[in-house]
Amino acid sequence: MWWKFKKHRLAVLSGVLLILLYLGAIFCEFVSPFSPFQRDATLINAPPQKVRFISNEGIHLRPFVYGVSGGLQDETWTRVYEEDRSRRIPIHFFVRGSSYKLCGLIPWDRHLFGTADGGILFLLGADHLGRDLLSRIIYGSRVSLSIGLVGVFLSMVIGCAMGGISGYFGGTVDNIIQRSIETLMSLPTLPLWMGLSAAVPTTWSPIKVYFGMVVILSILGWAGLARVVRGKIISLREEDFAMAARLAGAHEGRIIRKHLLPSFFSYLIVMLTLSVPGMILAETTLSYLGLGLRPPVISWGVMLQQAQNVQTVATYPWIMAPALFVVVVVLAFNFVGDGMRDAADPYH
Amino acid sequence: MIRYLLKRILCMIPVLIAVSILSFVIIQLPPGDFLTSKIAQLEMLGEKASESEIASLRAQYGLERPLYERYFLWITGMLKGDLGKSFIYNRPVSTLIGERLALTMMISTCSIILSWAIAIPVGIFSAIRQYSFLDYVFTFVGFIGISIPTFFLALLLMFGAYQFFDLTVVGLFSPEYAIAPWSFGKFLDLMKHIWLPAFIVGVAGTAGTIRVMRGCLLDELGKQYVIAARARGVSEWKLLLKYPVRIAINPMLSTIGWILPVMVSGSVIVSVVLNLPTTGPLLLEALEMQDMYLAGSFIMILSGLTVVGTVISDLILAWSDPRIRYE
Repeated sequence: MWWKFKKHRLAVLSGVLLILLYLGAIFCEFVSPFSPFQRDATLINAPPQKVRFISNEGIHLRPFVYGVSGGLQDETWTRVYEEDRSRRIPIHFFVRGSSYKLCGLIPWDRHLFGTADGGILFLLGADHLGRDLLSRIIYGSRVSLSIGLVGVFLSMVIGCAMGGISGYFGGTVDNIIQRSIETLMSLPTLPLWMGLSAAVPTTWSPIKVYFGMVVILSILGWAGLARVVRGKIISLREEDFAMAARLAGAHEGRIIRKHLLPSFFSYLIVMLTLSVPGMILAETTLSYLGLGLRPPVISWGVMLQQAQNVQTVATYPWIMAPALFVVVVVLAFNFVGDGMRDAADPYH
Repeated sequence: MIRYLLKRILCMIPVLIAVSILSFVIIQLPPGDFLTSKIAQLEMLGEKASESEIASLRAQYGLERPLYERYFLWITGMLKGDLGKSFIYNRPVSTLIGERLALTMMISTCSIILSWAIAIPVGIFSAIRQYSFLDYVFTFVGFIGISIPTFFLALLLMFGAYQFFDLTVVGLFSPEYAIAPWSFGKFLDLMKHIWLPAFIVGVAGTAGTIRVMRGCLLDELGKQYVIAARARGVSEWKLLLKYPVRIAINPMLSTIGWILPVMVSGSVIVSVVLNLPTTGPLLLEALEMQDMYLAGSFIMILSGLTVVGTVISDLILAWSDPRIRYE
C-alpha cells in the first residue's frame, strides 16, 4: 500500500508539505523570527519586505532586506512606507533573538532565521498593531492545524461508536441512529455552528473556548463517518471470522473493536484525512465571523478578522496571507486523501 | 407512488420536531438572556433599570416561565405563523425575515442550477476526453474550488472587482431598487445581481459534481451496450446523450439532498461578506446580540426549509427512478 501511495507524486509532495507545516506548528517558537505579540507602533500595516541578494554594492551571498521607513502622513492620515535603501539588514540563520520556552518546556533564544541586531524583518508585512504577520501565521498554525486533527479524532470516536452500534445490532437502535444521522445530514451546518459557537461564553479561557469549538465541530461532523462505518460493519458482521469470534464467546463490544473495526481501518483513515479540511475550513470561517476563537488567541481565522471589508483588503492586501495558508493546507489534505484512497482501493 | 410520498412526508415530521428542539436549545444555551445584556447596555449608558421595570420586562417576554413551557409557547406560535418578537428591532420576527429567507433560498437554488449548468457539460467533456490537457485543468481548478474557503473567494472577487474594474459588487439590488417595492423591474435587477453570489456559493459544489459526473460517465462508457451501439453505427452524440449521460445524471438528482444544506450554509456566509439583504448578516447580528426569537426562528426555518427541500428532491428522484418507489 505504501508502495502504491509513493507512485502518487502529488500526494507524496503534499504529505511532505503537511509534515513540514505541522513540525513548524509544534516548534513555532523556534521557526518564527519574532514573538507574535511583539508590537512596533512605528510600523503599523507595514508592507512585506522583499528578500534580496543584489544591492548597489554587488551580489551578496547572505540574503538581506532593506529597512522600512515612513509613517503617518499629515494631510491624509494614512501611513505610507518606503524602502530605506541606505539600511541593509542581513538575514542570519540560527540567530539569537527573543527568549522563549520551546513547546513551553525548554528555555532557548535561538530562532531559525532572523536579524542580528534587532532589525526588522517583516517578510509578509505587519498587521494593524505592527506585529509580524509571518510570525503570527506560524504561531496561528498551532491552533488552526490542530483543531482539524482533534476535531476529526473526536468525530471519529463518536462516529465509530454510533456506526458500530447501529450496524452491529440493527433493529430499533439502528433505526433511531439512522434517523438521527439523516437529520444531521439534512441540516445546513453553518447556521447551526454559528448558533452553537455564539453560545460559547465570552468569559471562558482560550483553552476552554478551543475545546468548546472542537466539540461543536464534531457534534455535527460525525454523521457522515457513522454512516460509512455502519455500512462496513453490516457487510462484515456476516463474515466467517466474525462468526468464529462469536462462537469463541467474545462479547459484542470486543467483536466490534477487535475484529470488525481493524478490517476497514485503512478505509477509515482515508475518510478521516478527507474530513480534516472541512474542520479547518469551518474553524476559519467561524473565527472570521467573530463567533469562534477570539483574540488574543492566534489562529488563521482570527487573523483574517482584519480583512472584513474591501477598503482594508485593497489597501493592505498582504493581510489575506493566512487565507493562502488555509487553501494550501486544505489542498494538501485533499491530495493526500486522494492518493491514499487510490492506494487503499484494491480494485484500482 | 402515493404510498411512498406519504411515507416520506411522515418521516419528515420527527425530523422537523428534532430540528425545532435543537434550535430552541441553541437559543437557550448562552448564559444569561437578552435582558441581562440589555440591562448591561443601559447601565453603560448611565441609566439604571429599576427592579420593577426589569420584572415587568421579564414577564412581557415570558422569561419567567420554565423552559419546556417557553418551548411550547414558541413552537405553537410558530405553527400559527407568529414567530415572536425581535428584541433588537422591536418588531415581529415574521416581518423581518420573510423577504430575507426568500432571497436566501433563491440564491441557494440559483447556485444549484448554475453549478449543474457548469458541472454537467464539463463532466461530460472530462469523461470523453479523459487525461487530456483540459481534463487536468478542470481537475486542478476543481480541487482549488473545494479548498478555498467560501468567504475568502467572496472577498477575493470583491477585491478584484474593486481593484481592477473599480466596481463595488456589494448588495443584491441597484441603489434605485434597494428599497423600492417589488416590481418586474426590481425582479430583473435582482436577476442581474444574483449570479455572482450564486456562483461563489456554487463553486465548491460544482467541483464535487464534476468529479461525480466524470466518474459515473466513465463507468457507463466502458459498458458493452455502448460498444454495441457504436458497432451498429449510432452517431457519437446520440450514443452519448441518449443513454450513458442519462444514467450518469441520476446520482446528481439523488445528491440534491446533500448539496442543498451546503448551499444554504454557503449563502449565509457569502451574504455576510458581500452584505446581501439575506438571512446571513441578520442572523449574525441576532446571535451577537442574543436576540433569541430572531436567531432561533432563523435557524429553525432555514433548517426546516432545507429538510423540506431534501424531501422534495427525494420525491423527484422517486419519480425519475422507478426502482426507488417500488422498494
